Amino acid sequence: MTPRFTVPDSKRDHIRGPANAPISLLEYGDYECPFCGQVQPVVREIQRRLGDNLCFAFRHFPLTNVHPHSEHAAEAAEAAAAQGNFWGMHETLFDNQDSLEDVDLAAYAAELGLDEVRLLREVEAHTYAGQVREDFKGGVRAGVNGTPTFFINGARYDGARGLEEMLAALTQEAGYPS
Amino acid sequence: MTGDGNYKDMYSKSRRGALPAGTKAPEFTLRSTPDQWLTLSELQGRPLILAFYPADWSPVCGDQMTLYNEMLGEFQEFDAELLGISVDGAWCHAAFAHDRKLHFPLLADFEPKGAVARDYGVYRDKDGVCERALFDLDPEGIIRWSYVSPLGVNPGANGILTALEQLKNEKAAVTT
Repeated sequence: MTPRFTVPDSKRDHIRGPANAPISLLEYGDYECPFCGQVQPVVREIQRRLGDNLCFAFRHFPLTNVHPHSEHAAEAAEAAAAQGNFWGMHETLFDNQDSLEDVDLAAYAAELGLDEVRLLREVEAHTYAGQVREDFKGGVRAGVNGTPTFFINGARYDGARGLEEMLAALTQEAGYPS
Repeated sequence: MTGDGNYKDMYSKSRRGALPAGTKAPEFTLRSTPDQWLTLSELQGRPLILAFYPADWSPVCGDQMTLYNEMLGEFQEFDAELLGISVDGAWCHAAFAHDRKLHFPLLADFEPKGAVARDYGVYRDKDGVCERALFDLDPEGIIRWSYVSPLGVNPGANGILTALEQLKNEKAAVTT
């Protein structure tokens, strides 16, 4: 198991929070995966509670055969990142898991004030497919075998995905009193 | 995701271990579809991954096969082919593969039941299913790596890729 696949890398990842925060949480996820959708409110609340003590990163792990929209959705998030708003698109996609057609992706880009024509063009041209694939491959090497999979300070978290359980693991892992 | 404790407890431990690295992979001919058969030796000449799993439709297997399905491109980079094997019949496999949009063959170790799994040391007599076991074969049909996962745990694909990489590196070392 190579550590760099299990901890956020500020040089390549989309991260929230300070890169040198004492606690890191890395999620491998799929925008069309219902389990990933369910856990997003928990992830948001964790970020709110831990504030600057947490560095959160998200990597793509689309299971494209079972989730036919997941690849374009992931690439749309990357296309939004190229226009400076990864996290806006990230949140929007998870909030609208049932509406991930290309026309929806373009509409979300417009809502976020992005250039939707460019975004759609880049999605159709698979401009960011390589990046998404790199995330996926890294996940496989890290031992990801389904979504969502979380790593806390580099160690895979296999516990329950409730707020209390995850917060306890996060604070314990970093040696913080919970 | 990985299965829960109850699922694991449903199954007994197998008596024998899986065939280890260095062993010649036992020959077999199994149905790959209701009207097609596949013989192991016909696939020699390229690396092969045999993924034995307990049953179609069970949650962990589904995820495991779903993951491998997404990995076919990576396996192809090593020129490797993947075969799934369980004791389910060919029609069951066909329905499962259709539902999960699987793009690799599922072989039916159905009659005599589990005969191939027994040859590889990964049949669970008490339960009547295969272990969740992985074998990486080299182009000559020699087992180069084998691994048995707890039944309820998805072994992922990292071990397979590591073994394929090693095989590729060895080959490169021989040719240079």
